[in-house]
Amino acid sequence: MRRQLQLGILLAATIVGASCSREDRILRQPPSANDTLNTVQVSGLNPGANSIPTPPNSNMYQESAYAVSEGQKLYESYNCVGCHAHGGGGIGPPLMDRNWIYGSEPGNIFATIMQGRPNGMPSFRNRVPEYQAWEIAAYVRSMAGLLPKSVSPNRSDQMNIKPAESSTPKQVPTGITGAGEQSK
Amino acid sequence: MNGAPKLASHLLAQAMPLDPGSHHMLYPAAPQAGHIEWLYWFIFWILFAVFIVMIAAFARAGAKTRAVSSVMLPILEKDEEKDRRAGWAVGSAIGVTVITLFVILVLSVVTGKRVEGLTSKNPVSIQITGHQWWWEIIYPNPQADQTVTTANEIHVPVGTPVVVMTNSKDVIHSFWAPNITGKRDFLPGYSSAFWFQIDKPGTYHGQCAEFCGLQHAHMGFSIVAESVGEFQAWQQQQLKPAAEPLTAEALRGREVFLTHACLMCHTIRGTDAGSRVGPDLTHVASRNMIAAETLPNTAGALAGWVADPQRIKPGTRMSPNPLEPDDLQAIVAYLQTLH
Amino acid sequence: MALAEPILANDQDTGQSEVALRLARTWRQPRGLWGWFCNTHHTDIGIRFMVTAFIFFLLGGVLAAAIRLQLIRPENSFIGPDLYNQVFSMHGSTMIFLFAVPMMFQGFGVYIVPLMCGARNIAFPRLNAFSYYLYVGGALVLWGGLLTNTGPDVGWFAYVPLSGPAYSPGHRSDIWSQMITFTEVSALGVAICIATTILRHRAPGMTLNRMPVLLWEKLTISLAVIFAMPAVMVASGLLLLDRLVGTHFFNPAEGGDVLLYQHLFWFFGHPEVYIIFLPGAAVVSTLVECFSRRRIFGYTPIVVSVVATGFLGFSVWVHHMFATGLPQLSESFFTAASLMIVIPTGTQFFCWVMTIWHGRLQLRLPMLWCFGFFFVFLIGGLSGVMLASVPVDLQVHDTYFVVAHFHYVLIGGALFPMFAGIYFWFPKITGRMASATLGKWHFWLFFIGFNIAFFTLHFLGLRGMPRRVYTYGPDMHWQGLNMLASSGVILMTVGVLIFLANVFRSLRVGEMAGNNPWGDAGLEWSMSSPPPPYNFLHVPTVSGRDPLWEDPPDQPVVVGLRDDIRETLVTHSLDADPQHKDEDPGPSIWPFLCALTVSAAFVGSIFTPWAVPIGAPPVIATLIGWLWPRGQSPSLPRTGESWVH
Repeated sequence: MRRQLQLGILLAATIVGASCSREDRILRQPPSANDTLNTVQVSGLNPGANSIPTPPNSNMYQESAYAVSEGQKLYESYNCVGCHAHGGGGIGPPLMDRNWIYGSEPGNIFATIMQGRPNGMPSFRNRVPEYQAWEIAAYVRSMAGLLPKSVSPNRSDQMNIKPAESSTPKQVPTGITGAGEQSK
Repeated sequence: MNGAPKLASHLLAQAMPLDPGSHHMLYPAAPQAGHIEWLYWFIFWILFAVFIVMIAAFARAGAKTRAVSSVMLPILEKDEEKDRRAGWAVGSAIGVTVITLFVILVLSVVTGKRVEGLTSKNPVSIQITGHQWWWEIIYPNPQADQTVTTANEIHVPVGTPVVVMTNSKDVIHSFWAPNITGKRDFLPGYSSAFWFQIDKPGTYHGQCAEFCGLQHAHMGFSIVAESVGEFQAWQQQQLKPAAEPLTAEALRGREVFLTHACLMCHTIRGTDAGSRVGPDLTHVASRNMIAAETLPNTAGALAGWVADPQRIKPGTRMSPNPLEPDDLQAIVAYLQTLH
Repeated sequence: MALAEPILANDQDTGQSEVALRLARTWRQPRGLWGWFCNTHHTDIGIRFMVTAFIFFLLGGVLAAAIRLQLIRPENSFIGPDLYNQVFSMHGSTMIFLFAVPMMFQGFGVYIVPLMCGARNIAFPRLNAFSYYLYVGGALVLWGGLLTNTGPDVGWFAYVPLSGPAYSPGHRSDIWSQMITFTEVSALGVAICIATTILRHRAPGMTLNRMPVLLWEKLTISLAVIFAMPAVMVASGLLLLDRLVGTHFFNPAEGGDVLLYQHLFWFFGHPEVYIIFLPGAAVVSTLVECFSRRRIFGYTPIVVSVVATGFLGFSVWVHHMFATGLPQLSESFFTAASLMIVIPTGTQFFCWVMTIWHGRLQLRLPMLWCFGFFFVFLIGGLSGVMLASVPVDLQVHDTYFVVAHFHYVLIGGALFPMFAGIYFWFPKITGRMASATLGKWHFWLFFIGFNIAFFTLHFLGLRGMPRRVYTYGPDMHWQGLNMLASSGVILMTVGVLIFLANVFRSLRVGEMAGNNPWGDAGLEWSMSSPPPPYNFLHVPTVSGRDPLWEDPPDQPVVVGLRDDIRETLVTHSLDADPQHKDEDPGPSIWPFLCALTVSAAFVGSIFTPWAVPIGAPPVIATLIGWLWPRGQSPSLPRTGESWVH
């Protein structure tokens, strides 16, 4: 009887402890993630250097379906659509393909949003709070099918322009491509 | 009006707690709510009488209980006479029920027509769109520059019918001011219209009444009913672009507003801030409350809201703004100039 | 569990005891853990339904306590908005789907119906067992969801677009939708079993005109379940398709309609509340008859009322949608229908009054609960009349007035009769009497606490407090009433704890009960308490509506049924003439295995579409095992018609 009780408590604890990060609603944000900007390096240090691969870094927001969904809403609210459409690109490069000019890791995308990039990407530092930039970075990755299906957004309540992010096949990134290889 | 008298009336509105009749459906301030209140009491007293009769019947029946013991009494033989009388009693009770329900039906339909039927040809039109978790208020006008856009606080002239056209940007909300009229759900993809008319000047509170997510509890609005002249003056004031800041602190505040996250979501006409994601702030200082009737419109509440809205409305779409203290003071000073 | 041992011979004539022993051997259910999962006897499955449902009642009550604690003062921070949304959604879903229907309809029905019909077991016993396991599966899915932060947070009715893919990310709403699927299939299974038992397994002589009111009600409710559940399965199914597959049923931007969900849901939702209430009313009819010591007055009007309520329940659903801006004429029709449905319920009330008035009332414990029902349900029904009127509803819809109304009708209409029924049939189920003293304490604490807690909510609604708010401002004048309401919950909790103490105590040391401690008329009181595994020593016949009161001492019994195989009698649906014999399939592990595979497929499909092709073969395998023809006893002559269970 006692052993069964212990087993029961262990089982209950496991269930409770295994609560899914997918379902996390992160309503209070951790402190500033500004130091990420200093760790992402897009190119080597000598003039004309080739692009160097960025080690993978993580983004706690991309484990939460709620955060990715917020990223989707912010992508619309902040008019990323104006240049990038819903991933297909226009004035700006497409975000749902394999080419990542400045890298596809969350830190790279975060840095791109914060720093801006040549040829038109504005810098949103101080305009977009860091945690929202991380949420948008998570959503952008989902547009290329890089997030697990369970956290990617399903169909939006808009007109059906493209398959939902959760049905998008994974576009394996080809690393940092640099500006010149955009059209591949 | 501007300056000291307006400030005084704002402070007064914030200092006094809502009076007991506020937000109470049985204290009508408009003919619609009045019709409904009348119907409510009429039905209530009928049903109260029914309740008394039924309870009396059960009490009389129950009072004849025999001594309770663990032995059950023998079964009663069938009594034709008693059953016949009971049959008459039940039959008449059913008849009375049918008639009563029919009366209630007729009165409901008649009252419904009184509440819904608009005969005026010159109503004031307002387009209200529900957002998670605030109300976008637009007074449409064929001339674009005569269209008033504001948030959460509706002004209407007394004695004039007001037609509300509904829409929702995201999920289902419900617009409900109990002192004024019944509620109407705002359904995305549907546009409906309802009307009301307020005859007594005053400020009437309302709240969202359809569960719409994390901050459904904090999605209020208010309807300010004022004289026709005051209403038109308010409209004219709302049409003006934002006042130029006069003090250095307010000037600094505008600069902070335009160089931080604020302009990504809010509009202040007359500046570069033109986003429609969040409420229009061009005349935010003219409103009695902020954050959808959650906080009074005072410097302290504004500062707290701007600095950390998630503390007050967790889950709201507005981000915390960790500003330098001087910048926070400046922004609040600027917002308070936006009458 | 210390149930009294069934007495094998229920007959004065001890020469029959050999028959009793043979029957006991034939009808026995296997023991041990494996045997527990093979059990297909209706009494055991019925007890399991009732015990499981009661556990979920307690869990739902804990959630309710959390709600009331959060609302006890303004801007309280006991629970934040996210957890609060999960708590109230779980409270509603648990109480309606995991407690009310499984207890009132499935549990009570499965236990009592075959006994009242004079049958040895329920029809389709394996389907019955399968329904129980599926119900448990759905309940575990839902509560497992809550414990892993995946509990539904969009209310128990989960309106779109809030519950749709755009505004409910993650799998919370999917867990809710699949739970619906589980519990509705379970309810459908039991409905089929009960309806078939009532129509084809009644004792000879029990024409439709002689059926107890409770059997009429169970028949009506079974048909209501069969017609109503598909609507909610469609609603939740379309929601799942929108969320997981990417369809646009509820997406206005692509031609979908958010109101469609409400229509589909409430077409189920309103009959659902009658599915919860009518079993309570039928229990009251049974108890009023017994404790007034006379046959019920107005049998025909009551039966007609029960059936009419079942029908009319399908015609009123739009009264949940009056605020959506539908055309006035349409709404008026539903006002008329909603008022009309008062008439059959009122008729039942009048007949009950007359029965007691012209009877010899003995106000024993179960009858006390019936009087509680009369008071509470009357108030709830009258506030319902107010809600039927469109203009009044437009003010009080989605406020605490409605919360007060439905708690009065659900607690009054289902919970009070449930406790009445538990105290009444406790001796039959367990063989012991419950303590009347503890029962009275339970009643008064619960009754007073309930009225304090919920009558107050009417005023809160009139004062404008909307539903589903996790907090409120200090200047809204709602604090005092909220505090009063929260304090009433304490008394209710103590009452329920006393009830639990009463049950556990009575199981061990309660006074032993004979066959018929209350002197009631139904066939279920003709055998020992608890019933032996074969229910009736001889399948009875009846010649009146109240068999144990009216049947002569030499009322014939059915002979010719074998006692070495599980033989049952199938009778005509109208006049219960014997038609042919049939064989009960006996204990089987397949219902459990099938429920396991179906549950796995359902749960897996939330997370990946592969669960459907991967989950289907095991389901088919277990179905094949279940339906594999067993052959027949060689000495059993078959009639032309054969049944497959």
